[in-house]
Amino acid sequence: MAETKSQTPKLDELEKGRWPSFVKEIKTAAQKSPMAADLLGQLELSYNEKIGHWKHGGIVGVMGYGGGVIGRYSDVPDKFPNVSHFHTIRINQPAGWFYTSDALRKLCDIWERHGSGLTNMHGSTGDIIFLGTSTPHLEPIFSELTQAGFDLGGSGSDVRTPSCCVGPARCEWACYDTLALAYDLTMNYQDELHRPAFPYKFKFKMSGCPNDCVASIARADCSIIGTWRDSIQMDKDAVREYADRGMDIRSEVVDNCPAKCMDWDGKELHIDNSYCRRCMHCINIMPKALRPGKDRGAVVLLGSKAPIIEGALLSSVLMPFIKIEAPYRQIKDVIERIWDLWCEEGKNRERIGEFIQRVGLGNFLEAIDVEPVAEMVAHPRENPYVFYEEYFVEDEEEEKK
Amino acid sequence: MPEAMQERLTDIGPPHYEKFLPPVIKQNYGKWKYHEVLKPGVMVHVSETGAKLFTVRAGSPRLVSTDKIRKYAELADKYCDGFLRFTSRHNVEFLLTKQENIDPLIKDLKALGHPVGGLQNSISSIVHTQGWIHCHSAATDASGIVKAVMDELADYFETMVLPGKLRIALACCLNMCGAVHCSDIAILGIHRRPPKIDHDNLHKTCEIPSVSASCPTAAIRPATVGGKPSVEVIEERCMFCANCYTVCPSMKLNDPLNDGVSIWVGGKVSNARHEPMFSKLAIPFLPNNPPRWPEVTDAVKNLVELWAKNARKYERMGEWIERIGWPRFFKMAGIEFRKEHIDDFKHAGLTFKRSTHLNY
Ligand code: HEM
Ligand code: HEM
Ligand code: SF4
Ligand code: SF4
Ligand code: SF4
Ligand code: SF4
Repeated sequence: MAETKSQTPKLDELEKGRWPSFVKEIKTAAQKSPMAADLLGQLELSYNEKIGHWKHGGIVGVMGYGGGVIGRYSDVPDKFPNVSHFHTIRINQPAGWFYTSDALRKLCDIWERHGSGLTNMHGSTGDIIFLGTSTPHLEPIFSELTQAGFDLGGSGSDVRTPSCCVGPARCEWACYDTLALAYDLTMNYQDELHRPAFPYKFKFKMSGCPNDCVASIARADCSIIGTWRDSIQMDKDAVREYADRGMDIRSEVVDNCPAKCMDWDGKELHIDNSYCRRCMHCINIMPKALRPGKDRGAVVLLGSKAPIIEGALLSSVLMPFIKIEAPYRQIKDVIERIWDLWCEEGKNRERIGEFIQRVGLGNFLEAIDVEPVAEMVAHPRENPYVFYEEYFVEDEEEEKK
Repeated sequence: MPEAMQERLTDIGPPHYEKFLPPVIKQNYGKWKYHEVLKPGVMVHVSETGAKLFTVRAGSPRLVSTDKIRKYAELADKYCDGFLRFTSRHNVEFLLTKQENIDPLIKDLKALGHPVGGLQNSISSIVHTQGWIHCHSAATDASGIVKAVMDELADYFETMVLPGKLRIALACCLNMCGAVHCSDIAILGIHRRPPKIDHDNLHKTCEIPSVSASCPTAAIRPATVGGKPSVEVIEERCMFCANCYTVCPSMKLNDPLNDGVSIWVGGKVSNARHEPMFSKLAIPFLPNNPPRWPEVTDAVKNLVELWAKNARKYERMGEWIERIGWPRFFKMAGIEFRKEHIDDFKHAGLTFKRSTHLNY
């Protein structure tokens, strides 16, 4: 029933052009779904008025879960009754975003029975997003999803769906098994993921090497980025092959090394690995000749977030190097200590990065029982306002506590 | 329809990824030795065992119908024994073992309207958020701008002629759901006017204590207006986060006269060469001009082409600007430097020029 109430000249314009068109996608869905048809109509209204027409509403969800569904309501329901409720569902993606065609078709079947037929593959958190359904459909969707082997992702003040790069499944640079760690943490923290109990959201993202393909350093409360401790593996013949095939090794590789720890004498490439910063540039440029070393693990960093409230942050180093091996106790122990502290002392809507800024990294480390090391700072403090908690007092033998 | 209600499963988590890995990946997991980009959007990974895996990467609007997903599934069945994946930037990747299937697959993808590319020194798909499609706090639309910009830049997706990688991202308000703040070019929706309070209805629709408590900067306090209980906003304190509108529909933040788009440049997340950097403000405000946002597409295209023409090989936008200096960047880009460009938030002093390293 393609009951198109609205003419959509503005959106039609976006069916043209070289890039695949989301308007075509909505129109395709609208042939079967009155919801998608009204979405198109409401969006055209937004394009005419230059303003959105959604409002947040009461909390909606499935029984026993505190997250995974985002309630959304139209503020012009009289004009577009089929989107008066238009909730999104977040579904936990398989690690590395791998699928079989059969699995995708099962998801499509469920969504065509119960929603608009529109999706995001994927949302910026990493989840599969089903865009647009109404409250009575939520329980049926949930039970059909779980029968098909899928579960909801996180939303609200909980562990958000962990996500990871393609890792050892297809990348020679993966310094640890990102998929295995993402899956393990997701399964281990199901309760924290489905039942919000934190001051605010907490995101894990895993990248297998410092190229950081999932942007973990910019958008995860806990960023786990692969690296290595020993020397870059080099195939000297392959280096010469790059040179013979016309690569200017000096200008393209050596001069771009941020550590200035490389040299090329026209025949042989030398790397002083003790100064190498593990930036990946030379490896990216000569993947056949250079590879990360063999003693591999990861850097664990904490605290990145977008600007709201206290300004944007990048994650900073917590553990300069750890081995990543199942059952990952080292990471879990420190994360659980951090959660305990943050749940106790964190303010409502305070991300872990903001919490650390408020209490001070030094105090934070003390509270979670981690020794400070120089790798944690870009440079030591520049101001002399050191707050000493202990000092000597005359006539007392011992240091005052 | 399945009778699924007998047993209610919960907390089962996502399917195990191994179920979805093609045999060639299972056999060579962790054994990949090197890869080569064969042509735009096509790469081969070679394993220590000698096995080869071909990947074809195609762009996508991210917002896709189930019909489109079924088409992807059909192509995967036809060429890849049913295996495919998606990338962190919303691209779809087909995983092939038969090299002879590459060109027929590309032909089918193009017939479906999906360009193939996004590898190496190219633009990948634009990470973006919901906009007017789904979010209540959006200061602009996301999908529409992305479509309009990528229509202009599609050549750079389908070729590898740029000096380095170029990552564009869009967020429709400063919550920045897509964490766009570390992109070569970030397109960010901005509100410029504090919420307009509907005093007649606020007391009927919202709880006043929770409205005041919702504001992260404590800009909202209870007040009596026209004899009715309501709230007032200390306007200088508002940073347009839409929290109040989230809890109370009578605090409408969206405003067609003042909402629009800002452009930020020079961020990166990868550690290659330079450390990760935030994007910095280039253009404080451009109007919302749907459906094609010509002011925004022109500005982005101008920045891309300026960088492409002037950067050294591998130099990302931020590395290039750091080398030439911001004054020259503003001059070359033809962007007027204004008061809005100067930071006045916490630690703003660290962003002032504190040396005589200037060129003329
Ligand atoms: C006051 C603060 C915030 C509010 C009110 C807020 C609100 C929202 C809402 C309503 C959505 C759902 C959009 C939709 O599907 O309709 C959303 C999605 C999201 N938010 Fe936020 N957000 C806030 C802060 C943040 C921050 C600081 C980050 C990142 C560090 C973030 C990351 C995300 C992500 C990744 C999504 C998924 C977006 C997508 O898949 O396109 N949010 N947020
Ligand atoms: C030619 C060398 C490189 C190859 C073969 C490569 C490989 C990959 C792979 C396999 C992905 C998909 C990851 C996933 O979705 O899980 C990816 C995505 C990405 N890589 Fe790299 N990487 C390379 C160099 C780099 C460099 C040097 C940077 C940054 C300067 C970088 C930044 C990114 C980003 C931002 C993404 C997300 C792009 C997308 O999904 O379309 N990569 N890369
Ligand atoms: S982050 Fe590193 S290991 Fe992971 S896909 Fe990207 S390049 Fe490969
Ligand atoms: S990885 Fe980076 S720092 Fe290390 S040698 Fe290569 S270019 Fe230099
Ligand atoms: S960036 Fe802002 S407007 Fe866009 S989806 Fe996120 S909260 Fe909504
Ligand atoms: S938009 Fe945010 S900062 Fe402004 S009044 Fe509302 S809650 Fe406060």
